[in-house]
Amino acid sequence: MKFTKINSTAIPLPIENIDTDQIIPARFLKATTREGFGENLFRDWRYEKNGDTRADFVLNDARYSGKIIVAGKNFGCGSSREHAAWAIADYGFRVVISSFFADIFKGNALNNGILPIQVEEDILQTILQQIYQNPETKIQVDLEKQTVEVPDLNFNITFDIDAYKKTCLLNGYDDFDYILNQKEAIEQFEQNRVDAFFL
Amino acid sequence: MIKKARTLFDKIWEAHVVERKENFPDLIYIDRHFIHEVTSPQAFDTLRQKNLPVARPKQTVATADHNVPTKNQHLPIKETLSKFQVDTLIQNCRDFELELFGLGHEKQGIVHVIGPELGLTLPGMTIVCGDSHTSTHGAFGSVAFGIGTSQVGQVLGTQCLLLHKPKTMRIEINGKLRRGVSAKDIILYIISQISTSGGTGYFVEYAGTAIEALSMEGRMTICNMSIEMGARGGLIAPDQTTFDYLKGKEYAPKDEAWNKAVNYWGTLHTDEGATYDKVLYFDATKIPPMITYGTNPGMGVGIADTIPLDSFEGSLDDYNKALWYMDLTAGEPIQGKKIDYVFIGSCTNARIEDLRTVANFVKGKQKAKDVEVWIVPGSKSVEVQAKQEGLDQIFIDAGFELRQAGCSACLAMNEDKIPAGKYCVSTSNRNFEGRQGPGSRTFLASPLTAAAAAITGKVADVRTMLQEETDLLTV
Ligand code: SF4
Repeated sequence: MKFTKINSTAIPLPIENIDTDQIIPARFLKATTREGFGENLFRDWRYEKNGDTRADFVLNDARYSGKIIVAGKNFGCGSSREHAAWAIADYGFRVVISSFFADIFKGNALNNGILPIQVEEDILQTILQQIYQNPETKIQVDLEKQTVEVPDLNFNITFDIDAYKKTCLLNGYDDFDYILNQKEAIEQFEQNRVDAFFL
Repeated sequence: MIKKARTLFDKIWEAHVVERKENFPDLIYIDRHFIHEVTSPQAFDTLRQKNLPVARPKQTVATADHNVPTKNQHLPIKETLSKFQVDTLIQNCRDFELELFGLGHEKQGIVHVIGPELGLTLPGMTIVCGDSHTSTHGAFGSVAFGIGTSQVGQVLGTQCLLLHKPKTMRIEINGKLRRGVSAKDIILYIISQISTSGGTGYFVEYAGTAIEALSMEGRMTICNMSIEMGARGGLIAPDQTTFDYLKGKEYAPKDEAWNKAVNYWGTLHTDEGATYDKVLYFDATKIPPMITYGTNPGMGVGIADTIPLDSFEGSLDDYNKALWYMDLTAGEPIQGKKIDYVFIGSCTNARIEDLRTVANFVKGKQKAKDVEVWIVPGSKSVEVQAKQEGLDQIFIDAGFELRQAGCSACLAMNEDKIPAGKYCVSTSNRNFEGRQGPGSRTFLASPLTAAAAAITGKVADVRTMLQEETDLLTV
């Protein structure tokens, strides 16, 4: 999925260390396709045990909606399950803003057309406060320019992204096709190895 | 030309660079690939869509572990979705001609337990699996790390991945462990000090006299939990302990190849003068038996300590939310807390040495009345070995239940779940909300501390229960 610009309201989720078990609990990992995981995104925070929705969880709060999650530090830690990224994408999110991301989650997000944006802690808090004050606040993300703009706050920051991953997102490419094109180099490598006695 | 001093991690990484370009991730060759039923089906779909075979079928090995029941494994899996996922793996391995150690196979088990025990995990390798605890294999001096399903597909299709080289960290632990303290306590202690994000962006090398003194099982326990500090992986330089463990293992090199291998493995250590991006030191003599009280593995304390009044990092709201979930109060002692379940299992602590430690401690003792105790071996071969050594009888006599191999209550994707609101002392690696079943409450600890809880029915300090002779047998 190509990614260029997003202009959207956002969901505030100021909890730290949100692990992938919370994003999608293990018992919902049994599907063998990539679709439908959005239904169980944040399952145990979103629903009571009997299936009733929990009014106190932000996804069930009608004031908040949008394609962006603004989350606390160390988002996506724990299990490597790509299902977490699938669930976030399937629900309709395209951007996660946090002050820190766990490594594997970050990679999985980028491989699924979701843009993880890391900002300073104080900026994260400013954005969160603004959303709480006015849930209609729009956040503009421009991948080409690597900027996040919040017109209501009159601020505009730039974020870092790996140049290669940026190209992939802008064009909707993934690593797979690139690696497939390196077939000769891979075979060459295999032939030249000296330590391959274990293979 | 003088060669630049390199770290162990650098040596292995550099030996696997297929292609390097400026401002671009490295193309890295993967030697060994493990797969299981949960994170592989969508990767096989990608291969089908792209009309690709598995590039190097001999380098991928499959097992079924997350979804499998741990009782009556000879019967069909009851849960429809679990059965479907396990069947899908069987079909995929058939279609793509991959070796499968599936349910019922004598080599079946948790993926991170069977790799080492079969000699499929060897020093100097790059090893990946769609599972974050792939870091376990680093105990052998390999670069091993978890990947997402998209990458599982890429490895199946090309045997390579595009990766940025992580930063390196050295964690040095020196000194002799105290009585009743084991590898699990070392790693829980480190994470409690540096937090669950303290290692993010780094690949960690563990070193120091306390690490050198550990068995391979203990080293695996440490490397296993590297991911719980956010690290990409963890590794330990191979030494005589490593070679002794591997010698004669089914898939380890034999004869001439073995000698060649040991010669090469002998070069796999960090050179004098090599530098890391970060270095941390810990004193092993200061580490007590540890236990977690919160909802991430960094929320741990010494067993004789009280629950901290405040989080040392992160917000007070989150801290209170965790204590609320656990129904614990800041400032109260953790020792003496009544528990309902004990789970001795998972890729962190379900190897034969763990079971021996527990058996040795509980021999002649009885479990507390209201506690349910599950011992779930990490692999079929651990299960068989435990029976051969008569450990099963010790467990039965103590009132424990010895089950069959699988991930079990580590993640409760199968039938083994801790009920809502119940407390479980667990030898696994994650105490996240609902990890062991919706609403379950987890205390992470070592096998010995778990055994002490089983006997007393409470969170207990194993040091007060140890006799002299048991002392020598702690992992
Ligand atoms: S035992 Fe637990 S941590 Fe280990 S592979 Fe299985 S589910 Fe993952």
